[in-house]
Amino acid sequence: MNFEKMRESDLEALRAICGEARVTPRDEIGEDFCHDELGGAYSRPDARVCPLSTAEISAVMRYAFERNIPVTVRGGGTGLVGGAVPLEGGILLDTSMMTNILELDERNMTLTLEPGVLLMDVAKYVEEHGLFYPPDPGEKTATIGGNISTNAGGMRAVKYGVTRDYVRGLEVVMPNGDVVQLGGKVVKNSSGYALKDLVVGSEGTLCVIAKAILRLVPMPKAKISLLVPFPGVEAAIRAIPDVIKASSVPTAVEFMEREVILAAERFQARKFPDNSADAYLLLTFDGASRQEVDLAWETAAKTCLGAGALDVFISDTQERNESIWSARGAFLEAIKASTTEMDECDVVVPRSNFAEFVLYSHRLQEKHGVRIQSFGHAGDGNIHIYVLRDSLGDEQWRKTLSAVFEDLYAKARQLRGQVSGEHGIGCAKRPYLAESLPPTLRAVMRGIKSVFDPKGILNPGKVV
Amino acid sequence: MRILVCIKQVPGTTQVEIDEKTGTLRRDGVAAKMNPFDLYALETAMRVKAAAGPDSEVTVLTMGPPQCEQVVREAFMMGADKGAILSDRAFGGADVLATSYTLSQGARKTGPYDLVVCGKQTTDGDTAQVGAELAEWLGIPHVTNVKSVDDVAADHIDLTVDLPDCEVAQRIPFPFLMTVEKGIFEPRLPSYKLRCATEGREILWLALADMPDKDPRHYGLNGSPTQVKRIFPPELRVERIALGGDDKKKAAALADLLEERKFLR
Repeated sequence: MNFEKMRESDLEALRAICGEARVTPRDEIGEDFCHDELGGAYSRPDARVCPLSTAEISAVMRYAFERNIPVTVRGGGTGLVGGAVPLEGGILLDTSMMTNILELDERNMTLTLEPGVLLMDVAKYVEEHGLFYPPDPGEKTATIGGNISTNAGGMRAVKYGVTRDYVRGLEVVMPNGDVVQLGGKVVKNSSGYALKDLVVGSEGTLCVIAKAILRLVPMPKAKISLLVPFPGVEAAIRAIPDVIKASSVPTAVEFMEREVILAAERFQARKFPDNSADAYLLLTFDGASRQEVDLAWETAAKTCLGAGALDVFISDTQERNESIWSARGAFLEAIKASTTEMDECDVVVPRSNFAEFVLYSHRLQEKHGVRIQSFGHAGDGNIHIYVLRDSLGDEQWRKTLSAVFEDLYAKARQLRGQVSGEHGIGCAKRPYLAESLPPTLRAVMRGIKSVFDPKGILNPGKVV
Repeated sequence: MRILVCIKQVPGTTQVEIDEKTGTLRRDGVAAKMNPFDLYALETAMRVKAAAGPDSEVTVLTMGPPQCEQVVREAFMMGADKGAILSDRAFGGADVLATSYTLSQGARKTGPYDLVVCGKQTTDGDTAQVGAELAEWLGIPHVTNVKSVDDVAADHIDLTVDLPDCEVAQRIPFPFLMTVEKGIFEPRLPSYKLRCATEGREILWLALADMPDKDPRHYGLNGSPTQVKRIFPPELRVERIALGGDDKKKAAALADLLEERKFLR
């Protein structure tokens, strides 16, 4: 793509839109805005612009469109695939200052808000009103705009689904500055193509999200977690389909191995309630009453024991839940702290093939001579596999990583899986997405991109 | 070795509501659970039992209305061997003195014990006095603020006590009572297998008539010299301190402040 290089006059124009303080020129932009949390992508924007309203986003886009300047939207910068890294420079449109919660509509059970509101603030706000926003990605400092852009998943997806299932409507700014509404407060919608659902998960390549209407559900009144030790990895993951089938669907089914638990213990300087078994499933049940939840978990407990579990541990109070979930929440950081550098693969496979995929990823450690750790949302077949660099040299690390990834994605294809379960494609997984799609679908995706963004100025180099 | 753990059923939430008129806790409709501090006591007892050998046993003792059976069952699910409940209308309304006396009578009835383990305090009463008073009634030494159990021998335990400005390593011969700090061990979770295995296990119910001392003046409201004048939730205090000067000065001031408030050691 041939984009215009930004000049001083462009900065002036942007300042005229957003004011002096909210436009930062290239040389004054902090390192943090040149990368995300993982993926190795690094690029410096020519200007960081922080809009406060749809009108400002629209004016910035209109200007960039006319001048042919690339625009990359950024939320909390917590992505894992380089999605918010401005590969071609240009404008970094940082929506993190748009933090207003605009309306809680209790009759329609919706929450209207700006894209920069943090996920943790959404959860807290609705909970205070006895309502619940189920999507629960691990990274609570992500913005809701970022969550929508990647169609973020999280642990509760087994029962509740993913972000897309909770976006009722969007106000978006097209690349040329036009403002349009997609969806709304309606519960159902069969009116033409589902553009709102297309924009969810489009990683800032089609338009800019300026406002969102989220769907809420009543807050579950009772909740219980089960920590289930198994003698080995295989027994643990082979039990999953039976557990899900056996009773009312668990809210979450997480899979964890002893090694990762020990890493979290070291990282947190706090012991996990049990670390004697090789592998664990962590099941959560929620419901409208304790009776309903008790019925569900007891059935699941029996199923687990029947499938070879060593025991079933019950976590039914705040402090017990905290002892488990604080460790679970620290897994990513703990693995990160145990090595020099790492990269991840966020493959999703059909639940029935999950065991085979996990065991395959284990065998790759020996094949490629590298440490690989994993944990995952076993209930929906989504595993996060981390390849750890440890003491490998630059060249060897690049080679090993690419060889491991080739193997993992090839195996995922063979098992009818997809490249990304919840982190997205960004630039890091782009080659693997291209490999996984037939030419027809690649053409359709590129066609969609060019209809939305004929000049290709939005987040160039990402997804397709 | 015979080990006794004192446990209590408390409201299931940390947001305890207080009836300012009667000065008592509002328990209606609030789910109950085992006092979180007692989980550490029970875990400590289980570790001591494991270290002391196969003929050791852990008994849990609680006082309360009949529904407190739930926490004894829960203790069984965490590995306790025996359970006793002190339940009688005559025990109601007890302050720390009457509570510790009643527990001491229960311990005499079910004992003797080599070791008594209590949590540091409860999350509802928050006095942190019952453990020490129980030891006095039993006429045995006690040690509080225990942060680690370092060695278990046939006739004594080596442990570390966390005091405000130092730690003390102590060797204490049996019998004695200790109250343990939060975090001494990570408490184990209740086991479903143990629940199935202990479902029909008998619990010893003890009323006033079963106590060595049957004088009702020593129990409950009658045996409680403490007069509660007023009870109210603590004021929530948010303090903001702005530090001035350059980064170096601010960092030093911050470090001093953290040290002064005991966040750093």
